[in-house]
Amino acid sequence: MSATDCIVIGGGIVGAAIAYGLARRGLGVAMLDEGDEAFRASRANFALVWVQSKGLGFPDYAAWSRRSAALWPELAAELEETTGIACGYRRPGGVTPALSEAELEAQAAKLAQIRHEAGNQPFEYEVLERPALDRLLPGLGPKVVGGTFCPLDGDTNSLRSLRALHAGLARHGGGYHPNRKVRSIEALPGGGYRVLSEAGERFAADKVVLAAGLGNKALGALVGLEVPVRPVQGQVIVTERAQPLLELPTINVRQTDEGGFMLGASEAEVGLDTATEPGILSAIARRNIQTFPFLARLHIVRAWAGLRVMTPDGFPIYQQADAFPGVFVVTGHSGVTTAAAHALVLAGWIADGALPEELRAFSSERFRVPAPA
Amino acid sequence: MSGPVDLAIIGAGPAGLAAAIEAAALGLAPLVLDEQDAPGGQIYRGVEAVAAGRAEDLALLGRDYAEGLELVRRFREAGISYLPRSAVFDLRGGGLGVLRDGRAEWLRAGEVLIAAGAMERPVPIRGWTLPGVIGAGAAQTLLKTSNVVPDGATIIAGSGPLVLLVALQLARSGTALRALLRTTPKRHYRAALRHLPAVAFEAQLWQGLGWQRELRRLGIRLVDNVTMLAAEGEGRLEAVRYARNGEAVRLEADNLLLHEGVVPNLQLSRSAGCRHQWDPMQRCWRPVVDAFGASSVAGLAVAGDCGGIGGARAAASQGRLAAIGAAARLGRIDAGERDRRAAPVRAELQRQLRIRPFLETLFRPADGMVVPVNESTIVCRCEEVSAGELRQAAALGVPGPNQAKSFTRAGMGPCQGRVCGPIVAELLAQATGRPVAEIGHYRIRPPVKPLTVGELAGIEGLDRAPPATPR
Amino acid sequence: MYRRRREPVETVTVLLDGQPVRAAVGDCVATVLLLADAADYRLTAVGGVARAPYCMIGNCFDCLVEIDGVPNRQGCLVPVAEGMRLRRQRGRPRIEP
Repeated sequence: MSATDCIVIGGGIVGAAIAYGLARRGLGVAMLDEGDEAFRASRANFALVWVQSKGLGFPDYAAWSRRSAALWPELAAELEETTGIACGYRRPGGVTPALSEAELEAQAAKLAQIRHEAGNQPFEYEVLERPALDRLLPGLGPKVVGGTFCPLDGDTNSLRSLRALHAGLARHGGGYHPNRKVRSIEALPGGGYRVLSEAGERFAADKVVLAAGLGNKALGALVGLEVPVRPVQGQVIVTERAQPLLELPTINVRQTDEGGFMLGASEAEVGLDTATEPGILSAIARRNIQTFPFLARLHIVRAWAGLRVMTPDGFPIYQQADAFPGVFVVTGHSGVTTAAAHALVLAGWIADGALPEELRAFSSERFRVPAPA
Repeated sequence: MSGPVDLAIIGAGPAGLAAAIEAAALGLAPLVLDEQDAPGGQIYRGVEAVAAGRAEDLALLGRDYAEGLELVRRFREAGISYLPRSAVFDLRGGGLGVLRDGRAEWLRAGEVLIAAGAMERPVPIRGWTLPGVIGAGAAQTLLKTSNVVPDGATIIAGSGPLVLLVALQLARSGTALRALLRTTPKRHYRAALRHLPAVAFEAQLWQGLGWQRELRRLGIRLVDNVTMLAAEGEGRLEAVRYARNGEAVRLEADNLLLHEGVVPNLQLSRSAGCRHQWDPMQRCWRPVVDAFGASSVAGLAVAGDCGGIGGARAAASQGRLAAIGAAARLGRIDAGERDRRAAPVRAELQRQLRIRPFLETLFRPADGMVVPVNESTIVCRCEEVSAGELRQAAALGVPGPNQAKSFTRAGMGPCQGRVCGPIVAELLAQATGRPVAEIGHYRIRPPVKPLTVGELAGIEGLDRAPPATPR
Repeated sequence: MYRRRREPVETVTVLLDGQPVRAAVGDCVATVLLLADAADYRLTAVGGVARAPYCMIGNCFDCLVEIDGVPNRQGCLVPVAEGMRLRRQRGRPRIEP
């Protein structure tokens, strides 16, 4: 039985960021992962490091997102130095275009509210009319009236970022164990935990982090944790490569560093279905052609559907298991944006053994309806 | 084109044409869709035009090609609904998305038959991406469609019946064929002897020997037991290298035609969610089907080489069986009539497939022709990912081709893994010591043809689209 | 390098990088470029390396060419037509916003 300091269950962007963060702190880490056909939201996301619209009604999360975006350059630099892999992170600011005055007003109102909830913490953004927006984004369609801009927004190459985290983990001596779906987690008599894979392989560690996305629900049940996550499907279209044209990402259209345009977004509750659907893809195409008419001429190279790991309020769950000290759950659907905070801050707290008071708001306790008095 | 179709047939090669003719005879109203602008698929590509305008070339192209003319004529005479220049970009039980003349439309169909044929197995030797290196079948296509042949010193290399046939067709056409390099390992001849008695009277066998004799008579140099094949040059092919019996050889050449057999076109069956199995004899994946070609997805059937390699005549028989099966599933004929009609076709199919074990044993591609040996050899042509990069990803412990794809970009280009998929699977198998059957394959999702964002935005008939088959 | 075995009977005229070229009815666009100069077909979008068609049946996507202003069309699947404007691709196409 292999024994180490911490087992991280899940090798996606959340698990890999935590595992890397632990390993760089000097802990021995074993990251367990499923097989090649796993749902892997990390392979199916839009790769935004996005802040502007996050955390309405949950200022701690808005602040956490902003903190993570601010830390991303440090993470990217550190990973490039350690592994030689460039994540492709950039922060030119980001735009949410509006296709009507009503949309623009609603966006502006939302951001104003988020700023209000931020109290004395800075939250920079601008509401731009069309002429100002034209200076940031070429090729906007006639229906675009303006948009909201936030200088903290940006994007990354999420696949290279994941690869860099995996490589960084390896550089720091961490172990990666794919094709090991977890069957059980048991407390050991002298302290620590034994994790059993479906094939019967054993791993032991002082700490365990559940970072398995949709799998966290079942895993949480093994350690007395309620993890109410459900899949929300999102489909994405990628076009052929072109010379760089869009220097800023927008919420539904961004040009990758390879040159292809990514088009989103959609939301459907279809269970664990990752099939693409022509009606949804067509709707994505239509909407985005309104924002950028030039997209119509580009060929589609591929499309996919990813499953967001969605909690009841859409905000992450960070929690330690009361009955199982040393066991933590880290889950949410903005794993790319929060990767820096996960690697450089949250992992440190886990390494130190306990989540701080400031994270209490992220516990799944918040979903418990209080008993009538 | 908007009413529901009872049987949509994708592909106008031998399987699709034979299926359409049989379906029409059974009282169905089939619709045949094909990407090309004339029927014949790849093996009979351009046969009508050749017969009409270049009859003297029919002899050059050979008797098997001319057989296709008869099939195409019967198809035309049956007056079957036919949409050429139509690409199917989305397929699921009950319907399909079609792109034609810049417009996308969803068609409903009670049954769909995938008759998408085969493609040449990719041959990832060092330098295979150089201009001047092309598939032998591709060169044959140029001859069929445009009467165009390679100019300058030409070498053909590989294994399989097509290598001899193309060599002969080009030699007859006056191409300067420097050599025919055969990569069939010696031990394959010994192993294939086991199947020889069963096929000793197969016409195809004697035909192949006849081709070989004619090539020798034409003075074409045949080299056997070739290994370490590589193409070299700066920006274009300049020379071909190989090893034979310990000796290293370098031949200057302008064109290198590669061929290591054909493999099924799986893009449609994969994207539709059909189950596939690894076929160790053919060394490829193929859809799992029943005796009438029905796949694991209700309403989708498969016939011809896209279901497993059997050649043109077997493809036609499978097409007929698929049509008979579809007619039964659609309730046009009962099970008794289905079986009665199928029996003689099945017997013919068995005869047509008799030579397969011999061919598959003899012409099984050598490992060195299926997986790159050099680290710098390109595996994914679209994204320009080398074997070395993929082996690095394997060393990182990727669980399979999909994670390898997300770490290296192999398979993310416009071909959607059609070409690199087989290579990546074999490379990962080799790197991890696991059997290819366990390795798995890229997840393929529609659209599987490059329609534009605008064409997709304007798609018509989607209210007829059934929900996707959950996988 | 490639050559025609015989002069075609029915022809059309297309423009290849602005120059008129005679093509045979039944040729696909890829054939026209191969006959013009098989070693100068296109430069890739990723590394700018020279490529030419490999499979000729629509699977390899190495036959990409700009046809009538639309980049990245598969030359092996498009039959020539009178007046067609063909442009060889050099790396990623520029999109006019």
